Amino acid sequence: MKKLVLLSLVFSLGTLVISAQDCDKTLTGKVIDFHDGTPLEGATISFNNETIMTDKEGNYMIKGLCPISYAFTVSHEDCNSQVVTIDISRVSKKDFYLEHHLNELQEVKVSGANDNQTNSAQEETIGENIIEKYGSASLGDALREITGVSSLNTGATIVKPVIQGLNGSRVLIMNNGVRMQDMEWGDEHAPNIDINTAGKITVIKGASALKYGGDAIGGVVVIEPNKAPVKDTLMGKTTITAASNGRGGSVSSEIIKSYESGWFIKGQGTLKRFGDFEAPDYVLSNTGVFEKGGSIAFGVNKFTYGWDAFYSYYNNEIGVLATSHIGNVDDLISSINSGQPDIIRDFTYEINNPKQDVTHHLGRLRYFKRFEKLGKWTTQYDFQLNQRLEFDIRRTEERDKIPSIDLELTTHTILSEFEFDAKSIYKLNTGIMARYQENFANPLTGVRRLIPDYDKYDAGIFVTGEYDINENVLLDAGIRYDFNQIDAQKFYLISRWEERGYEQDFSDIVTDRNVIGSQFLTNPVFEYHNISATAGVQYTFHDDYELRANYALAQRAPNPAELFSDGLHHSAARIELGDLRIDQETSHKVSANLSMNKEKWGWEVAPFLNIINDYILLEPVDTELTIRGAFPVWEYRQTDARLLGVDAKVFSNWHNNWRTDHSFSLVKGNEIDNDEAIINIPAPNFNNKITFSKPEWFNFKASLESQYYFEQNEFPNNFTVFSPDAGADVVLEINTPPDAYHLLNLDTSMQFKLGKKNELSLGLTVNNIADTTYRNYLNRQRYFADDLGRNFLLRISINY
Amino acid sequence: MNPRKFLAMFSAAATLVFTACSDDDDSTPVNDEELITTMEVTLTDGTDTVTLRFFDEDGADGPTAPTATVSGAFKASTTYNGSISILNETENPAENVNEEIEEEADEHQFFYVTDDLGITTAYTDNESNYEDANGNAFTSMNPVGITFTLTTTASTGDGNLRVVLRHEPNKDATGVSDGDITNAGGEPDVDWTFDISVE
Repeated sequence: MKKLVLLSLVFSLGTLVISAQDCDKTLTGKVIDFHDGTPLEGATISFNNETIMTDKEGNYMIKGLCPISYAFTVSHEDCNSQVVTIDISRVSKKDFYLEHHLNELQEVKVSGANDNQTNSAQEETIGENIIEKYGSASLGDALREITGVSSLNTGATIVKPVIQGLNGSRVLIMNNGVRMQDMEWGDEHAPNIDINTAGKITVIKGASALKYGGDAIGGVVVIEPNKAPVKDTLMGKTTITAASNGRGGSVSSEIIKSYESGWFIKGQGTLKRFGDFEAPDYVLSNTGVFEKGGSIAFGVNKFTYGWDAFYSYYNNEIGVLATSHIGNVDDLISSINSGQPDIIRDFTYEINNPKQDVTHHLGRLRYFKRFEKLGKWTTQYDFQLNQRLEFDIRRTEERDKIPSIDLELTTHTILSEFEFDAKSIYKLNTGIMARYQENFANPLTGVRRLIPDYDKYDAGIFVTGEYDINENVLLDAGIRYDFNQIDAQKFYLISRWEERGYEQDFSDIVTDRNVIGSQFLTNPVFEYHNISATAGVQYTFHDDYELRANYALAQRAPNPAELFSDGLHHSAARIELGDLRIDQETSHKVSANLSMNKEKWGWEVAPFLNIINDYILLEPVDTELTIRGAFPVWEYRQTDARLLGVDAKVFSNWHNNWRTDHSFSLVKGNEIDNDEAIINIPAPNFNNKITFSKPEWFNFKASLESQYYFEQNEFPNNFTVFSPDAGADVVLEINTPPDAYHLLNLDTSMQFKLGKKNELSLGLTVNNIADTTYRNYLNRQRYFADDLGRNFLLRISINY
Repeated sequence: MNPRKFLAMFSAAATLVFTACSDDDDSTPVNDEELITTMEVTLTDGTDTVTLRFFDEDGADGPTAPTATVSGAFKASTTYNGSISILNETENPAENVNEEIEEEADEHQFFYVTDDLGITTAYTDNESNYEDANGNAFTSMNPVGITFTLTTTASTGDGNLRVVLRHEPNKDATGVSDGDITNAGGEPDVDWTFDISVE
C-alpha cells in the first residue's frame, strides 16, 4: 500500500517542482552499505531527469533543489533501485543505506530511521566481514571483537559470551527472533548456534531491549540471518576455511531463491571438523570438534503482510581436554604446580571421552501484517528441542558408552507483538509472550541427576516506546512484567537434605520418603514475579557527537542449576551445590555512551555501573572427601554485587590507506558488603590495530592487531585443603589468575570480481604470530594446559 | 486473514500445546551405579588378621564424611597375604564391585603404595586369573592386584598405606607391573590412604 502512495507522490511531485521557488537548497550525504557500513562508490541518485553519482568515499551533493519534497531513486550495482522521498524544506543532510548483494532490499534505510535495537543503551554490531572471518570458530569467538565482550571458555572450543563481566543465564541469545533455550546455565555449555547462519550480530550491553526479555542483566546477543531480497534472483555464497591449528576447517554454503512477488526459499548448511588443537609446546589431546548444521526457510515477504517458516538443526561433538579430567584435589594441585598436562598424546581427529554431544532443533512460524496508519502486528510460535549428552571416563569400558549426563529440554513459545509506528515522532511497541518448557533427565545414565526433571511456565508482557522531542533528542522507555513458575521432581540424598537444613524449611515438599538409595523425592514448586524497566535518552549534537544515557532495572529468577545442583559433576571434577533458598536477583544498571565520529577520526567512551542485589554466584569453598580422594566443592550463594567498568575506543584515518583502531575495556566486580572481589571477572584488555587498505589492489586490506590482556589482580581468596600426597594442609590456588599476556594477529584479504555478478574473496589470518605461551583467567582449563599456539587460517568465499 | 481470526487460531494452538505437554509422570529415581560405600583390605599371616576398612555411607555425592578404621597393628618382619574387596552397600544385597573389575582386569590395576618402615608389597595375581564378561579367561600376565602380599621389616612405628585403583592405566610403562604408580597414568576410581602401624 505504502509503495503505491510513494509512487503517486513521485508523479505529483514532478509537476510540483515546476511551480516552486527559491530553488537554491542543497542535499548532501553518503550512500552506505547497510551491512558493514562501508561507503558505496558509484552509487547513483536520480530525481526528475538528473543523476548524481557518489565519489570514492560514498559522498554525494545535489545542488539547486527547491524547498519541497522530492522522490530520489538510489541505486547501486548489485542492489535494487530504491525510492525515498525527502522534504528539502526540512532536511539538508541524509545518508542512504543500501542493502548489498545477499541482503534485504526491501526498503532503503535513511539514517535516523534507526536500525539499532535500542536508542539509549550501549550496543555494537558486527557485520558479515567479521562473521566470515570466524566461520570456522564459534559465536563466542566472533563476539570478542566487540569492546566489553569477553568469553568464559572451556578449552578453545566451548566459548560462552561474557558481556561486561556477566555470562550464562544473564546473557540472552536471540537466534533469528527466537530466544535460545539451550541449557545456558552450565559453565561448560556453549550456545548451540552455528555462526555461519548469522548475517549480522548485535550485542546490547544490558537489559534495555525489553522486548526480548526482562532478565538480560548481562545483555542480549541478537543474531539475524541474511534476508531474502524482494526480486527475482537466485544467489548464494560459499565459504571455505582451512586452519593449521587443529588441522581442520569448515565449509558453509547458503543459497537463496527469491521472487519479485515476495516469495523466497533459502537453505544453508555448515560442516566443521577439527582434530586436536595445539598449544605452542604440546598437543591438547582430545580437543577435536565435529559440528554439523543446516537450516531451511521459506515464506512470503510483502510490504503489507508476510509469513515464513524456519527450521534449523545443529549438532556438535566436542572433545574435552583429556588432562582436565582429574581424579581428585591432589591431581588438581599437581596440575596447578607442574604447569604441564599429564596426558599428551599424538595428534588425532578422534574424539574420545570425556566429550559432549549436543543437538539443537529449532522451528519457527511467523506471521506479520501491517495496518495502514497504525503499525505492524507480528505473531510467532517457536519450538526448540535441545539434547545434551556428556560422556565421561567411567569405571568400566561398558559404562563409558553410556552418557553421564543425558538431558532433553523441550520449549514451546508463543509471542505476539504490535508495533505502532505510523507517527513519525513516537513509536510504541507492546507484546505478550507465553512459554512452556520441559526438562527430562534420563535415569538410564546410572548417575544421579545434576539437573532434575522439571516443568517450567513463563509469561511476559511489555510496552516500550520512543519519542522524538526534536531532531536531536530522542527518549525511550519501557516496562515489562514476567512470571515464572518451576515445578520440579527432585531426588535428594537424605544426608544432603539434612546437611542443607532443608528438613526445617522444606519438609512440606517431600513427596516420598522411601526412595531407594536413601533418597527423598521432593516436588519443589517455585514462583517468581519479575519487573523490569528502562529509560534513556539519545542526544546528537554538533553533527558528529552522540550521547546515550540509560537506566535499566532487571530481575532474573534463579535457573535450575542454581536451585537444584547437588552432587559430583564428573566432567568438571567438582561437587556443585545449589540452594533451594536462592531467590531472584535484581540489577540496576546505569550506562552512558559518548561518541564522536568524524571522517578523520572518532572515539567512544562508555562507562557503566551495575548494582546487582542478591547476585547469584558459584565459587569454590571447600573440599569434600570421597573414596577417590578430595574434590573441590563449589557452592552457589547470593550477595550484593557492584560491577563498575568502562569500554573505550578510538580510531583514526591517518592517510587514505592507513587507519588505526584502539580499544580498552575494564570491569571491576566486588561484593558491596566487604569489597571482596567476585569470581570470574574478565581481566582488563587493551587492543591496538593498524590497517592498510588499498582498494585499487583488488580491495586489498591488511591489518596487524596487538591484544594485551592484563593479569587479573582482583580475585577471591584461595583456601587451604588437606593434601594426602603432601600429608599436610596446602593452599589450593584455584582462584589465582594467570599472568598477563600479549598476542599478535595478522589479517589480510582481497576481493576479485568473477564475471558480472560473482565475487571471490580471499583471506589469510595468522593468530598468535609469536606462538606465545599463555593462559586466560576465564578459561576453565587454565589449571591444566596452555592456550592455543600459532594458527594459520585461509579462507575462500564466493558470492554467486 | 483478519487479525482477530489469527489471534483466535494462535490461542487455540497455545491451549493445545500447553495441555499436550502437561504430563505429570513421576521421575524414576537413580541409584548411582558407580557408588562405592565400602573398601576392605584384609591381610593375614595365617594366625593374625589386620583389616583396613573404608566406609562412606552416602558415597561421593553425599556430604557424610567417610570413615577409615584399621583393626590393629602389623607385626614386624612378617609377610601378610592380602586381598581387597570393594562393595556398594546401598544396594540390597550389596553389590560386589570386584566382579566389574575382574571382568575388565586388563583395564584396571590396584596399587599399594608406601615409603614407610621399609614395608614392601608384591602382586600375587595376574589377568589370566580372571574372566571377562563372556566367561573367557584373559591371557596376559600383567598384575591386577586384587590379591597381593605385604611384608614388614624389623622397623616399627607409624606409617601410611595408600590404596589406589586406576582405570585404563598404562600397564606396560616402566615399573607399573611391579606396583610402581609413577608412570601408570589412567583414571583413579579409588585413592585412599590408611594410617597403619607396625609393632
